[in-house]
Amino acid sequence: MTTILKPNFYKITLLTIAVVLSACSGQRMGNPDNPGPGTGGTTALQGSGSTFVKPLMDKWTSEYGKAHPNIRADYQSTGSGAGIKAIQSQTVDFGATDAAMTEEEIAASTSEILHIPVVLGAVVLTYNLDSVKEPLRLSPQVIADIFLGKIKKWDDPRIKADNPTAALPPNDITPVYRSDGSGTSDVITDFLSKVSPEWKEKVGRTKNPQLPQGVGMGAKGNEGVMGQVRQTPNTIGYVELTFAKANNLPSALVKNAAGNFIEPSPETVTSAASGMLSAAPADLRMQITNSAGADAYPISGIVYALVYKDQRDTAKGKELVDFLWWVTHEGQAFAKPLHYAPVPTDLVQLAEGKLKMMMAEGKPLRQ
Amino acid sequence: MVNTNSLGDKLFRTALLIAAALILIIVAAMIGMMISNSMPTIERFGLGFLVGREWNPAMESYGALPFIYGTVMSSLIALIIAVPISIGIAVFLTEQAPRRIARPIAFVVELLAAIPSVVYGLWGIFVLAPFIREYLGAFLQDNFGFLPIFQGRLTGIGMLTGGMILAIMVTPIITAVIRDVLEAVPDTQREAALALGATKWEMTKVVLINAVSGIAGAVVLGLGRALGETMAVTMVIGNTPQISASLFEPAYTIASVLASNFADATGGIYLSALIEIGLILFLVTFVVNGLAKVLVATVTRREGRSAG
Repeated sequence: MTTILKPNFYKITLLTIAVVLSACSGQRMGNPDNPGPGTGGTTALQGSGSTFVKPLMDKWTSEYGKAHPNIRADYQSTGSGAGIKAIQSQTVDFGATDAAMTEEEIAASTSEILHIPVVLGAVVLTYNLDSVKEPLRLSPQVIADIFLGKIKKWDDPRIKADNPTAALPPNDITPVYRSDGSGTSDVITDFLSKVSPEWKEKVGRTKNPQLPQGVGMGAKGNEGVMGQVRQTPNTIGYVELTFAKANNLPSALVKNAAGNFIEPSPETVTSAASGMLSAAPADLRMQITNSAGADAYPISGIVYALVYKDQRDTAKGKELVDFLWWVTHEGQAFAKPLHYAPVPTDLVQLAEGKLKMMMAEGKPLRQ
Repeated sequence: MVNTNSLGDKLFRTALLIAAALILIIVAAMIGMMISNSMPTIERFGLGFLVGREWNPAMESYGALPFIYGTVMSSLIALIIAVPISIGIAVFLTEQAPRRIARPIAFVVELLAAIPSVVYGLWGIFVLAPFIREYLGAFLQDNFGFLPIFQGRLTGIGMLTGGMILAIMVTPIITAVIRDVLEAVPDTQREAALALGATKWEMTKVVLINAVSGIAGAVVLGLGRALGETMAVTMVIGNTPQISASLFEPAYTIASVLASNFADATGGIYLSALIEIGLILFLVTFVVNGLAKVLVATVTRREGRSAG
């Protein structure tokens, strides 16, 4: 038997080496060409990205499908980063992200990608303090210093100053942050970088925040942060607004740029976007944290759909534009019942301009 | 060996060969892909990647040591707790318990292995973490607080909780393998020991000494499982890349950081760093499992000889 097997064993070894070498040469597999629409008159639109927008996106795709039986839109919640990767590699028709693409990501794209604002979100600070009944009031500097480990006790004078009547315990604060890369972290770190120079230098604006050594603990996903905060006394963490509302979590009022303590809600988030519109850049890639509006909730963000300006397929491109047009108009009515904040009408007008730029074979897809 | 050259035999042999080759090809392809994709960090940081203590993607500093430490330390805690318990269960099942009791106990132990790890994680958050915070940790801190390993913040989430969850998860595997190893020890040895006037405890000692390399193999198999466990550990270890002497402080394991961050890593040096960490874990578990196979093979071959 051994004499029969031996030559084959060498063959296997050679084959193995060949595979290793070809893998090392850095070639990647995968077909960049997305197959066209399915047969039978239905067009399939594929999207992926932000997990945050998934519940609303499911509502949109099902409602739109009811009104347009020939369209089937599918959305996979793979995470914002994966959504950007998917649109860059052209494996989907649209991506969705909680954080606008960075300069690097734009430079790495083959052709121009448009940012279409589809809905707004916000980050809520939630905490576990049995003795505190009324919502905690936090100012930006205090939030930054809690997560930097500089404010260590709940009865710190600076927390007391904003909450004179609250029964704050003399216990150590345990901050909880998102340990997985997330748009939620991006929004709150962007806000804290604006209000605290020390935060900007030590942690910065990032999807993967790293607190100073010995401060806080990480948890995976909104549900991980909620689990940790619910189970551990004296913790404070941050989660998405929709998630906090759906689970009835205690949420802090946050002091905005105008000096008012604002409760996170769809209305206050929409007004955060309105307050920043005068400074909107041409490509609509903007942050709406620390907005100037008097009743603006300061830790807010925009969710974007990502699409190529030049569509390869006229018929499919047309369906894609119409779907996104519907999302930014009629679709906005579905936002509030799910605790999302609708895009303010002024910003919808800017989004219309972007959608009208989409074209195929040199012709615009929607007038 | 009649009809060696018939078409059917050739096809059969080729099919088997392809199946066998496929495994080698998959392993080789995985290693190859991981090495090629982690080249950017290998070139940029070299060995510094393995010994760097700071991990901060925002500042582009990548040191894998906190993850290696967290992985190894949580697995060690698991083994320190699980090995004596597993040996105890296995000895009880093979040497002491009547068959009528041994069967259901063995069944329950094996059932533990079938519970999904996310369920262990939930149990860890809702039961084990509060227990450690309120009772075990508080007790250790009050009585042994002078030891650095019991100092620090006691939140119930941290290295010790991660290690204890792992201990419960690896116990069934270690127990099952040790039981097989003990059953492979020939009865003649037990009879010989008893015939010489040994007590049951002395006889068990003889059996254990005979099975020691098999037990070592079982431990290494358990270690392999503990090193790679992801979900349950992620939920209770606190996911913070730091190296702290305290067992109560949060830590981070290689498997956890991969599961948490892979989906959202957009290319470049960050993705490369994650893949290199994955490569480290792959190599560590590869070596550990190989070691276990060799140890178990040694004991079975010896028993086979003495029995035959």
